[in-house]
Amino acid sequence: MTLTERLRRLDVTTVIMWIIGGLLLFFIVLGSIQSILKGTYTPAQWFDFFVFGISQGSIYALIALGYTMVYGILKMINFAHGEVFMMGALTTYFLADEMNRRGVFDDKGALGPTLLSTLFGLIVLFAVAIFISMTVAVLLERVAYRPLRGAPRLVPLITAIGASFFLQYTARGLYGSNNRSYPNVDLLKGTVTFGQFSIQVVQIVVAVTAIAMMIGLYLFVQRTKTGKAILAVAEDKQAAALMGIDVDRTIVITFALGGAMAGVAAILYAIMFRQAHFFMGFIPGIKAFTAAVLGGIGNIPGAMLGGLFLGIFESLGPTLFLDGLGINSPNQLKDVIAFTMLVLILIFRPTGIIGERLSEKKA
Amino acid sequence: MRKRLMLLLMVLMMVLVACGNAVSPETEDAAGTAVSEAGEAADAAADAAAEAADDAEAAVDEAMDDAEEAMDDAEEAVDDAMSGDAMANCEADELGCVTVAPGEAVNIAYALVISGPNEPLGRDSANGVEMAVEAFGELDGHPINIIVGDDGCSPEGGQTVAQRLTADESIVGIIGTSCSSAANTAIPLVTQAGMVMISPSNTAPALTAEDRGDEYAGYLRTAHNDLFQGRVAADFAYNELGARTAATIHDGSIYADSLQQVFADRFAELGGEVVAQEAVNVGDTDMRSVLTNIASNAPEVLYYPVFTAEAGFITSQAKEVSGLEDTILMSADGAFSPDFIKAAGDAAVGMYQSGPYVASADYDAFIEAHVEKYGTVPPSGFHAHAYDATMILLNAVKEVAGMGEDGTLYIPRTALRDAVYATKDYAGLTGTLSCDQNGDCATGEALAIFELTEDVVSDPDNNFPPAAIYQPGTGE
Amino acid sequence: MRQRAQGKSPLRRAIDVGLIGSIPALLLALVGMVDAFSNRYLLEESVSTGQVMLAVVALIVGYLAARRISLPAQTVATKIGYGAVAGLMVGLVLALLLFIGEVVGINLRKVLVNASPALYEILAFNQAPAVGMLLLALMGTLLGALGGALFVMPARLRSAIITGITVIILLALLRDIVKLVFQQYEPTTALYRFLFTPNGGLTKIGLLLAFLLPAAADYVWSAGRPTLDRRYHALPDGTQKSVRWVGLAVAFILLLLFPTIFGRFPSEAMNNVILLGIMMGLGLNIVVGFAGMLDLGYVGFFAIGAYTMALLTSPQVGGGMNFWTALPFSLLASMIAGIILGIPVLKMRGDYLAIVTLGFGEIIRVLVLSDALRPWFYGAPGITGVPAPNVGGMLLNNPETLYYLLIAVMGLTLFISLRLRDSRLGRAWMAVREDEDVAEAMGINLVVTKLMAFATGATMAGLGGAIFAAKLGSIVPQTFNLLISVNALAVIIIGGMGSVPGVVVGALLLIGLPEVLREFAEYRLWVYGALLVAMMLFKPEGFWPDEGHRRELTEHDPEETPQAPGPADPPLPPGTVRDRAAVARADIRATHTEDEAGLDE
Repeated sequence: MTLTERLRRLDVTTVIMWIIGGLLLFFIVLGSIQSILKGTYTPAQWFDFFVFGISQGSIYALIALGYTMVYGILKMINFAHGEVFMMGALTTYFLADEMNRRGVFDDKGALGPTLLSTLFGLIVLFAVAIFISMTVAVLLERVAYRPLRGAPRLVPLITAIGASFFLQYTARGLYGSNNRSYPNVDLLKGTVTFGQFSIQVVQIVVAVTAIAMMIGLYLFVQRTKTGKAILAVAEDKQAAALMGIDVDRTIVITFALGGAMAGVAAILYAIMFRQAHFFMGFIPGIKAFTAAVLGGIGNIPGAMLGGLFLGIFESLGPTLFLDGLGINSPNQLKDVIAFTMLVLILIFRPTGIIGERLSEKKA
Repeated sequence: MRKRLMLLLMVLMMVLVACGNAVSPETEDAAGTAVSEAGEAADAAADAAAEAADDAEAAVDEAMDDAEEAMDDAEEAVDDAMSGDAMANCEADELGCVTVAPGEAVNIAYALVISGPNEPLGRDSANGVEMAVEAFGELDGHPINIIVGDDGCSPEGGQTVAQRLTADESIVGIIGTSCSSAANTAIPLVTQAGMVMISPSNTAPALTAEDRGDEYAGYLRTAHNDLFQGRVAADFAYNELGARTAATIHDGSIYADSLQQVFADRFAELGGEVVAQEAVNVGDTDMRSVLTNIASNAPEVLYYPVFTAEAGFITSQAKEVSGLEDTILMSADGAFSPDFIKAAGDAAVGMYQSGPYVASADYDAFIEAHVEKYGTVPPSGFHAHAYDATMILLNAVKEVAGMGEDGTLYIPRTALRDAVYATKDYAGLTGTLSCDQNGDCATGEALAIFELTEDVVSDPDNNFPPAAIYQPGTGE
Repeated sequence: MRQRAQGKSPLRRAIDVGLIGSIPALLLALVGMVDAFSNRYLLEESVSTGQVMLAVVALIVGYLAARRISLPAQTVATKIGYGAVAGLMVGLVLALLLFIGEVVGINLRKVLVNASPALYEILAFNQAPAVGMLLLALMGTLLGALGGALFVMPARLRSAIITGITVIILLALLRDIVKLVFQQYEPTTALYRFLFTPNGGLTKIGLLLAFLLPAAADYVWSAGRPTLDRRYHALPDGTQKSVRWVGLAVAFILLLLFPTIFGRFPSEAMNNVILLGIMMGLGLNIVVGFAGMLDLGYVGFFAIGAYTMALLTSPQVGGGMNFWTALPFSLLASMIAGIILGIPVLKMRGDYLAIVTLGFGEIIRVLVLSDALRPWFYGAPGITGVPAPNVGGMLLNNPETLYYLLIAVMGLTLFISLRLRDSRLGRAWMAVREDEDVAEAMGINLVVTKLMAFATGATMAGLGGAIFAAKLGSIVPQTFNLLISVNALAVIIIGGMGSVPGVVVGALLLIGLPEVLREFAEYRLWVYGALLVAMMLFKPEGFWPDEGHRRELTEHDPEETPQAPGPADPPLPPGTVRDRAAVARADIRATHTEDEAGLDE
């Protein structure tokens, strides 16, 4: 396409959008340059921001996977997915607390050497959280969504919102409204230092686990028969049904996988932030949804990228973009930054960073 | 289906209206006897009193005096005079009178945030109210009943709950609201209805400012005015800790915002420098960015009067941010709870918190009873304030309530309000409380600064509250 | 699933139904609701509504078991037996909870905070645990059998009994609100005293009356309705019309008398319904229902309207205008915001639009809250001292008078909505909703049409916001959160998307219900969430779907209905938008190969 042809195809709205995008970009660049030139922050601190962003972002990404897979297959926003995450984190707390009291996570080592005992403890926690989140996700599908298969698209959205309330307050009723604190795992304390840069062990663990899980999920979906069934159903339910794929079962598996990822996210959140309460799922849920759209909804690598991007924007953005412009309390505005970045990316790439769809064909 | 629904609605409305109009004549006969039975003695007494009051305006007072004299004279006369007295007194009350028939419950209400993200704050206070009512027992043979309201922690929630509660004339007083934003819209309505409202957790200075309007007359609080608490914290930081630079963080709530501002103003007034006033959002988990921002200013003290969850994140992450290793951390009563200490973990050792000067033995007993009743420790930091507020209200009710000879209770609203304002040296869980004319029942004296020591942090459930290390007035 | 179930013996299936049904009973007990309602009584001071909730679960389980399992040929006793078995299971599960907690003595409370001694006491009917367990099983069986019996009896009787039971339970649960309404007038106060005991629930006679009267009314009504219907339709057209007019007039008069009849608190609740439900719903209905653009940031415009009003009128921030002079500015500000937001999202569809608008709503809230913009918007404490609206010399500062202003404004918005729906613009919106490409091909200017939708919707939200600020007198940024948008969206979906009367029904259900549910206190949102799910499951098309658009809304992309091929296009009268669109679509599809996920697909 030649330049003139492109110019001819431009309409007013596109021009306005590009102008808005350009302006935003200008301010972002201006703010960044000023912030960096001001020299308030050392390179080590900039690096810190970046690392915080990655660890927070990888949790977003894990939750976003649940959104994106369900969206890919059912074209619905599973608003209650944040509560799936919450249920995993809050329920597992009681086990973690009991294990901690028995000395599983410290050198009192009820189960042999500290490393083994801690590892064992964490694996059990992951397993339990995955199980719980999976169960909640599958029940959710069975009770609230399956009967609505084929209803207008916004109907399951409202059901999801209702289910979200219900789960939140079920958790509140069952476990109380106290803010529960996960034990501090001894082995995860401390930092690793290279030169002037340092990273906390827990952040490395979180990021590595999250990325490993995502790669695992991606391979699962791409390589296994079940995974391919998910892709097929996402592509065309009818055709998939004709090919002998059990559509209902595949959808359940999708929810279960999303739930499992939320369960992993729950424990990663728990070891990093060490708090759990009944309202904890709401904000990560919204953020993860944003991350899923940012990366291109319905797209697994997209959700990963989207999550990481969002985490980094939130962590780095306020200081990088706003501090230099002399704005008060920039961290209060991190949601503004996150959503502005979203708009900006959607202006230039209307279907997210990577693009839509779970299946490869249309990516 | 749609038709049926509409019809059902219509019919329901019709039935309600019909009930109101058609059924009443016959029921009047049926219910009339019950009513008259219940109120016969009262009516008779009312007639007597009314007759007495016929001639002159002062007649009521005279009748009162007469009755008091009569009380001294003879036993029999006492009963008669009492009922007439209590009733006449009550009916002459400017703001109205609550009559509680024999066997009926005395209604108090709470308007606290019991839904949404701020629920722990309201649930915590609600538990305090419920426990106080339980501990108070019966009032002259009348049980105490709590009517539940949700202030939603917002102006619209405050308005709606106030409309709901003030419409019920049997309510003598309200414990609430949880949030200052809800208080702004609720207070005028409550005052207008002649009720009295005591808040366990509103801290915004404007609510009890000296120039607060008449529409605030029905409002008091046992929570610490930010002006006291922020000042105490700043004094402590400047004088006791010897800090000369400070930074603050708030979470966008009115509570935190105004408390940190008072702190900052006082700190600057003392001669210190406030190097940063930052803000986070409720629900944020990663505080490292904001802490890194603050670290670049290297403050000696970091004051963050936010609630449990965010305070937990800030405390535990502050030690992980380079540049804040030596900064002294301080928070306030919004996070003064074992839950916060657990959330913060080891990082909380050595930090300071301002909070109510709780009388340890009573408070421990309270916590024990709380765990017994609700299965957990209190979820936030205002349960003791709520307990005290309820006790102050109920004691005042007890003081002003007059008993008719048939057991009817008469509670005059103006007298009740005055009695609450007159509360003096009440020994509560949160210290010794005396209400001033602007509605502040907790003064700076009832505050203390606590240091979180190794002991407390290692076993917060059993060692909470920590020992107070500084009290205004004594420390200076 | 069904085939597998058929293979099991009926007894096994009854047990299954009972076990599944015991989950809600267990939840009710463990979230603390049974305990919380233990001192709100149904009958005098003996049967608590907490117990009644469990009983109702057992009853429903018994009914469902009988309905799902029994065959028409089976005897009445067998059918009731299935119910009894299922009910027994519910009783047994609760007994098991009692057993674990009280007899074995495992402290469940470490995890489940509401598994308290008080709960066990209620479950055991204040008896020793062993006796309690026996009683639970017995009561379960009895109630299950009753549920089974409900299934067996004739439909008319069943419906009458259910109505009666519903009324007494509602009366007991909502006692405090009933009291407020009844105690306004002397005769109704007497009626209240007759129906209710002072501290407990209904009196014995009250209970009997409250059960029998509605039940009888239901019975008579269901008997007489067909005849009435027939007679009504037999009437000449003119008379039918006048009957309808009389009905409307009565409804209108009732609407006007609402504050007088029900008093202060219900008026306040009604005001909230109108403001946050109907007006927000009508505005959003234009964007989502008519034009098909999913907007989750609708609260942003509401906030802009409210803040403009507050900034211009509150003397505390230097505004001195009165309500009516400030109102046009509010509307203008939100309209401009609507257009400004509209431009960048013009090209986005479906869920991209949803998240971007959601972001917009959040941005507005965070900005007015922020310290950075505090000099202009006053940050966290918000703005106080906003004067109430005035009409003539009268200040509308109580719910009863404000109600009339709201009714008037609501009438206006309703009228505008209806006129817009039938206008050329409305048709254009619907065309865009159905298929953007086709609409464009038909000569509809997409930019103008979409921006008009955003602007109109935003203006209505601004109107709501302005009144909201004036009604409250003080606003804080935290009010304008996502939930308001979500609620407005739920209102229009529950009502039936695109349907104007549906918005009214949806608002009554979704904003009115939580107001009534205030009596459930902290369980309000729990119940609300469950009801939201239930309503959607039972009425996915909404409670009052727009007749003209029902067909369009229930039809899907074939991709979405895997089990059955998509329903064939229903025959439409020639000349409708859709019909023309269908013709045009074939041509368009040839040139547009991109498969875009839109809201309407």
